Amino acid sequence: MTRYIIRRLLWGVLLLIIVSALLFVFFRILPTGDPAALRAGRLQNPKVIAAIRADLGLNKPLITQFWIYMKNLFLHFDLGYSYYSSASVKSLIFDRLPATISLVLGGAVIWVFSGLAVGIVSALRPRSRLDRGSMGGALVLVSAPEYWLGLILLYAFAADIGQIRIFPGANSYVGLTTDPVKWFTSLILPWLVLAAGNAAIYARLIRGSLIEVMGQDYIRTARAKGLSETRVVLRHGVRSAINPILTILALDIGVLLGSAVLVETVFDIPGIGRLNYDAITHADFPVVQGTVLVSALFIIVANILVDIAYAYLDPRVRYS
Amino acid sequence: MSPEEPLLRVEDLRVEFPTEDGIVHAVDGITYQVHRGRTLGIVGESGSGKTVASMTTLGLTRGQGAHVSGRILFEGRDLVALSDRELRAIRGNDIAMVFQDPLSSLHPFYRVGAQLVEAVRAHRDVSRSMARERAVELLGLVGIPDPSRRVDDYPHEFSGGMRQRAMIAMALANEPKLLIADEPTTALDVTVQAQILALMERLQRELGMAIVIITHDLGVIAEVADDVAVMYAGRIVETASAELIFSGPEHPYTWGLLKSIPTLDTPRERELVPIPGTPPSLINPPSGCHFHPRCPYAQPDHSIIDPFLEPAPGEPDHHVACLLAAEVRRRLWAQLRVGRTPAAALAEVGLPLAPPISDPSGLGGARA
Repeated sequence: MTRYIIRRLLWGVLLLIIVSALLFVFFRILPTGDPAALRAGRLQNPKVIAAIRADLGLNKPLITQFWIYMKNLFLHFDLGYSYYSSASVKSLIFDRLPATISLVLGGAVIWVFSGLAVGIVSALRPRSRLDRGSMGGALVLVSAPEYWLGLILLYAFAADIGQIRIFPGANSYVGLTTDPVKWFTSLILPWLVLAAGNAAIYARLIRGSLIEVMGQDYIRTARAKGLSETRVVLRHGVRSAINPILTILALDIGVLLGSAVLVETVFDIPGIGRLNYDAITHADFPVVQGTVLVSALFIIVANILVDIAYAYLDPRVRYS
Repeated sequence: MSPEEPLLRVEDLRVEFPTEDGIVHAVDGITYQVHRGRTLGIVGESGSGKTVASMTTLGLTRGQGAHVSGRILFEGRDLVALSDRELRAIRGNDIAMVFQDPLSSLHPFYRVGAQLVEAVRAHRDVSRSMARERAVELLGLVGIPDPSRRVDDYPHEFSGGMRQRAMIAMALANEPKLLIADEPTTALDVTVQAQILALMERLQRELGMAIVIITHDLGVIAEVADDVAVMYAGRIVETASAELIFSGPEHPYTWGLLKSIPTLDTPRERELVPIPGTPPSLINPPSGCHFHPRCPYAQPDHSIIDPFLEPAPGEPDHHVACLLAAEVRRRLWAQLRVGRTPAAALAEVGLPLAPPISDPSGLGGARA
């Protein structure tokens, strides 16, 4: 098992190197604005731009630039400096991480519990009115875009522009350590928006999975033992049905940590997705590279965690 | 309760499942009894209703929307009328069940010991460690070597035979008075089958429980059953002691079953005779005797009259649901047992041959 984990970690590192190289190639080859010109701002004379170019190392041959970039990245964990604000990309990302993590993990808690509850109840009474109703509702929620749902909720409940002003609106995020209560209330609406679509998907997933599991022979055995139906469903049914969902959950969280951009933008939460979005609009290469790399890192880590978790969740899975 | 009172008495049990295609008459009015310490074998083809009948005994068909009527008297209580909660107290406690495929019947994510502990603690208020001791004891009882170590194995780490032993151990956890074994050996190798049957017989002797064994395999019946009920299309067509079923069967379907199994003492050149046709649809079963479309001895009125399970003359414990006269049946069997074909036997007895089966599925033409 240890060897398996080490092998997976090494693969993860290799994957990160490949992603970094691809990023470099994309940003140098694809046509974008000239970073030196952008950085020069209003001082658009060739001398200044040339000086900036030399300063940023953009006048060196591409292969040298690549070598410097990779060396800084993997030997010094140096993501460079923002062309736009001159701040270190690493510090920019670390500043933004807590907001994104708060948003995604809080949302995940909501969508997992609500999705599972609805899905399990639906699965136990398939084709009942309750089942049809909740699955229909799930379809609506899945189809609702986050930016639309976010705006609707802001219009309805935000403290500044809402019809019923009960929740803080956009741009109200404060850090957990600054003010836990405000942190919590400011995230309620974003959490709900992020959770809505996912809860619907998870409800459908667990429903399908549990319906299948409840037809298994070992469920009949559990009933034949004289166990209560609650125990049969939760300990024998859900225990099996939840495995594929946990896998998807880890991946979803990994993906969202890098790309909760819609919710972060609608609610003006200073997170990674928002940072990435702003960096793209400013052609701020180092920041885009940094955020994309961090997203890739999250996804790779999530994948490794899923594989390891699987061995614990399903004893039949054995890694050699 | 008098000692002669059967442990389980099923009276006119009917189980129907409403489906989109119509009502499935899975069990169509069966009556049988199981006596303490004895083994009843229920034999029949797949789809004859034998599994549904026994699942219904434990109320396991309730969740599937089954309509159940009739009575299932267990120690004088009617299981059909019990609430889910009352029935749950009996399941796995007074009546336990063993299923066909032990691998899929054990939960793949829990250790064998944990599943045994759960069975014990479902009905007894004992500590986890006491239940675990009991689990080890049970695994030893069913012949699992090194039970104190194997108790922590997962089902996939057991062999097929060991898994079925573990299933039996689980069923025995609370010393049931009745064990229902549904095709317990079908998924196992032949040598392992014999071990499992021997185990069940030994446990029955030691624990004194009654067993209902459901099988399509007359070899299993010969091995373990004291009494036999032959099921066809949701009905019992013949009941007798196991001895009598093999020596003097009276129902043409039982004859068909006996003629379709190979035995070592029949000459090799004598052909096995499969029962022609296929089991009928339980949504729209044949009229009259359900077996008449496949019966070589059926007479014209057999598609109209419904036979009852009646005692065979001179054999009070032998019941047959056949429209042929008992005397005719015995003469036919006398011919068949010496190897005559059904046609030859009929000629000897002086009855006309039934028309050949026009609709082998037995679905439509049967009613005509």
